[in-house]
Amino acid sequence: MIDIIQNYWLLLLVGQFPNGPLGGLAMTLILAVCGIGLAFPCSIVIALALTSPFKLLHTAAQSFVYIVRGLPLLMFIFWAYFALPALLGTSVPGVVTMLFALVIYESVYLAEVIRGGIQALPSGQTEAARAMGLTHMQTQRIVILPQVLYNVLPSILSQFISTIKETSLGYVISVNELTFAANQVNSILLTRPFDVYLLLAMIYFTLCFILTSCVRMLELRVERSRKSPREKNHER
Amino acid sequence: MSTAFMPLQLLQGDSGTIFYNGIVLTLELTALAGCIAFSVGALLAVLRATGSKIASGFVVAYVAYHRNIPLLVQILFWYFGITGLLPGAVQSWLNQHGGGFLCGAVAIGLCMAAYVSEDLRSGMRAISSGQVEAARAMGLSFIQTMRYVVIPQAVRHAIPSLVNEMLLLLKNTSLLMAIGVAELTYATRQIETQTFRTFEIFALATICYLAISFCIMFSGRALERYFKVAGR
Repeated sequence: MIDIIQNYWLLLLVGQFPNGPLGGLAMTLILAVCGIGLAFPCSIVIALALTSPFKLLHTAAQSFVYIVRGLPLLMFIFWAYFALPALLGTSVPGVVTMLFALVIYESVYLAEVIRGGIQALPSGQTEAARAMGLTHMQTQRIVILPQVLYNVLPSILSQFISTIKETSLGYVISVNELTFAANQVNSILLTRPFDVYLLLAMIYFTLCFILTSCVRMLELRVERSRKSPREKNHER
Repeated sequence: MSTAFMPLQLLQGDSGTIFYNGIVLTLELTALAGCIAFSVGALLAVLRATGSKIASGFVVAYVAYHRNIPLLVQILFWYFGITGLLPGAVQSWLNQHGGGFLCGAVAIGLCMAAYVSEDLRSGMRAISSGQVEAARAMGLSFIQTMRYVVIPQAVRHAIPSLVNEMLLLLKNTSLLMAIGVAELTYATRQIETQTFRTFEIFALATICYLAISFCIMFSGRALERYFKVAGR
C-alpha cells in the first residue's frame, strides 16, 4: 500500500493540477467549504421562515424542507446535471453542478439545525426584546441569531463533516474529487482494488475523525461558556 | 416524435418494466439493509451497555469507522475490495447471483447499524440507572434486564431518530447505482439514455422517492403517537 502512496500521492492530493484540472483531496475540500459557505446564508433564511409567525411563509418553508429531506442527494445531482445546462443554455462544469446540488441539500439540513437552536432559546428572550420595542426582524437579528449561531456552532461543523462525505457522490457525475482520483488509480493498477479503496477510506477517516474530535471540543467549550456564572461557581 | 410532457407514457412497455423493477429493488434493498441495520445496531448497543472495556472499545471503533467514511466509499470498498479477497468460487457465485445487491445491502446495513446503535444508546441514557438496579435486584439477569426493561423503553425514546435513520437508509440505496445495482435511480438513468426524455423520467423518479419517503415519515409519526408514554 505504501508504494501506492509513493507513486500516486500527487494525483490523490491535487489531481493533474499543474498540467490539468484541479482534483483529488484539494477539490473535495474546496467543494465542501464552498458548499457549506454558500448554504449558510440560505439556511438562515429558511430557518427564519420556518420560525416565522407568518403562516404562509412557514408552510412554504416547511414543504420545501419536507421535499428536500425526502429525496436522495443523487436525485438533486442529476436534476442539476440536466436542468442547469438547459436553463442556462451553456454547458456547466461538473464542479458547479455538484456545488449547486450540495448547496440546496445542505441548506435544508443546516436550516433544521438553526431552527432547533432558535427553539431551544427561552421564549422570554423574544418577549423581552419585543417588549423593548424591537420589531420581529430586529429581534431575530440583534437578539436571537447571534446567540443561536454561537450555540449551534458544533452542529454546523458536524454538518460540514457530512458535506465532506457527500462530495464523494460527485464521482457519479465524474467530478474530479478524491473518490474519482482513487478510482483513476484503481483503473491504472487494475489488480489491487482492496489496497486502493482501503487507502481511500483511510484518507477520509483521518480527515473526518480529526474534525469530529474538534466538534467534541467545541461542544464542551460552548456548553461551558453558556452556563450562567452561578452554575460555574457551583462547579468550583 | 412528440415533445409534449407526458411522463405517464413512459410507464408502458419496456421502460415501464425497468422502472417498476427499479422501485421493487429499492424497496427490497431498504427492507434487507433495514433488517441488518436494526439487528446489528441493537447488538452493538447492548454490547456497549455491558460495560466491558473490550466490548465498548470495539463498538466505539465500529461507530467511528462507519461514521467518518463516506457511504459511497464503503460501498466501493465492499464491492471491489472485499469481494476481491474472497476465494474464486465464492466470487463467481456472487457474480451470478447479483453480488452488487448483496454487497450493497450489507454495506448500507452495517453503516446504518452504527447510527442506529448511537440512537439506541442515547435512548438508553434516558432511562435512569435505578431501573436497571431494581431489575437486577429483582433477580433478572443482564440479558433479561436488557430485554424486558431497558430495550423496550430505549426503542420508545429513540423512535423519532430511528425513523430518520430509516429515511436516510432509503435515500442511501440510491448510491448503489454506482456499482450497477438496478434500483430506482439506476433504472431512471437507463430509461433516460434509452428514450432521451430526461425531465419526464426524473420527475417520475422524484415523485416515487417522495412517496416512499412520506410513507416512512408518516408511519413514523403514527408509531410515535402509538408508543407515546402517557404523562410525558
